[in-house]
Amino acid sequence: MITPARPRPRRRRPGQFHAGLGIVCGVLLIAVLAPHLSPHGYADQDLLRSLQPPAWVKGGDWVYPLGTDRLGRDLLSRLMHGARVSIAVALLSVGLGGGLGTVLGLSAGYFGRWLDRIISRLIDVQLSFPPVFIAIAVMAALGQSLIKLIVVLALVTWVQYARIARANTMSMREREFVLAARALGADESRVLLRHVLPSILPPLLVVAAINMSSVILAEAALSFLGLGIQPPTPAWGSMVSEGRSVQSLAWWNTVFPGMAIAILVIGANLLGDGLQRER
Amino acid sequence: MGRFLVQRLVHLVWVLLAVSIFVFLLIHLSGDPIHLLTPLDAKPEDVERVRRLYGLDQPIPVQYLRFLRNALRGDLGESFRYQRPAFELVMQRLPATALLALVTLGLTIVVGIPVGLWLGARAGHAADWVISLVTFVFISLPSFWLGVLLILLFADRLRVLPASGFESPVYLVLPCLTLSVYTTGLITRLVRADVLEVLRQDFIRTARAKGVGERMVLARHALRNALISTVTVLGLQLGNLLGGSVVVESVFAWPGVGWLMLQGIQTRDLPLVRAVVLVVGSVFVLINLVVDVLYLYLDPRIRYDHTR
Repeated sequence: MITPARPRPRRRRPGQFHAGLGIVCGVLLIAVLAPHLSPHGYADQDLLRSLQPPAWVKGGDWVYPLGTDRLGRDLLSRLMHGARVSIAVALLSVGLGGGLGTVLGLSAGYFGRWLDRIISRLIDVQLSFPPVFIAIAVMAALGQSLIKLIVVLALVTWVQYARIARANTMSMREREFVLAARALGADESRVLLRHVLPSILPPLLVVAAINMSSVILAEAALSFLGLGIQPPTPAWGSMVSEGRSVQSLAWWNTVFPGMAIAILVIGANLLGDGLQRER
Repeated sequence: MGRFLVQRLVHLVWVLLAVSIFVFLLIHLSGDPIHLLTPLDAKPEDVERVRRLYGLDQPIPVQYLRFLRNALRGDLGESFRYQRPAFELVMQRLPATALLALVTLGLTIVVGIPVGLWLGARAGHAADWVISLVTFVFISLPSFWLGVLLILLFADRLRVLPASGFESPVYLVLPCLTLSVYTTGLITRLVRADVLEVLRQDFIRTARAKGVGERMVLARHALRNALISTVTVLGLQLGNLLGGSVVVESVFAWPGVGWLMLQGIQTRDLPLVRAVVLVVGSVFVLINLVVDVLYLYLDPRIRYDHTR
């Protein structure tokens, strides 16, 4: 059966997707190259020059372009290294959560019956929990490390992918091309991986892009509360919290790390929004 | 309708059971809970006595059933730090958090819905472009950072607003502002998108063709349709505000459940943390139920009696 191509009203803002991609890739590049790009080590202390203001403010110079913190550590270098945490957590927990959610949603939607019952129930239950709140509780009980943070964030977000994957798989299951593949004798795993999975992937990528911004924000919030990345590893969230103790003396300690988070999240949101419109 | 309610209530029981299991296991995630109750240098026979005293020598399922029985009676153990029933402590702090959440929600509705409606009707204009950009930034700001900046500006520099605590309504301004930036940005964008979608529908063209005024088209048709998804998102946001304000409460030292939980975490006061998670989790679940029922009321097309 041939369905005629129907012109669809498009609200395209081509700049959006690319701007988002540019920002996220820029931060990714900084994260990867941080050891080579940063003018100082992230833990190098210069106690004689603690709380030095940014270069363009009176009293600052270009040795420390964005100023220094309480221990005389270069803020710019710490921000560059902090990008590594945000990017690592964003990519890995989105990948892990997305992978888990896709596998569960796909199997529930495709095989149906008791498997679907169990997974649907799991989805319902997980949806009834406020994700960030649960992440805070679990991180507090488990203790903190990068790996735990990534796993916990994946475990509170998998459900968003599972829902979409399940619903789309159910609608794909009876489509002609899937039935044709089965009629030709393809076994279940081939049908699932080669025919169903590729066709449900685009909406999942949109979910992943949108989800990335909330994962970055969640990581920042957890690190701010002291439940995420632990010092001396610099993370943007914990840098804001460290900066609070000197914020009336040195605004740059709180302003810049927060700005870095906001820029990355804006990038991720642009990416997600742009991807959604493209479809 | 009746069948739907019964379904939701059954679901509610399931979810509350899951919440209770999660909360119960939370204390075991951090290792053997006995270490929280006894000093490191305690004599082995003392440790065993404490273990028996708290029933920690029983199998896990037995411990869970005992926990559930006590929880149903409102007994969630004593806070290590305050030496008082944890449930009571949480209930004492709940009003402050609820106040914060409701004022924020009110602010969001009062600003977000009219602005979203206005933007949707003027899509493509310069004002729409600028405000859409602003709302985009709003949903991308980390709330704790925004709170810190607002304190820096209004409390440290200008000295016009108090930074922390809760003594009079003025103390509500900064935390509510911080929380409502995200929710307002979200709702404005949502309403705008919904209005845009609805205005393209055939029934709007029919209404206009009949000579219905533009104002009436917006108020009667666009708004009502936009409200359906708005209610869902607002409900979810209310739940998130009740729980997720942990961060903002800690920035402003707001005496609510979020800050209580954080203090509990810092002092390893697990019964207290457990009580907060149980209460907030249950409230979240109940709000979801209310939202589902509201949804049904707002959109008569949804019947929820899909037979499978």
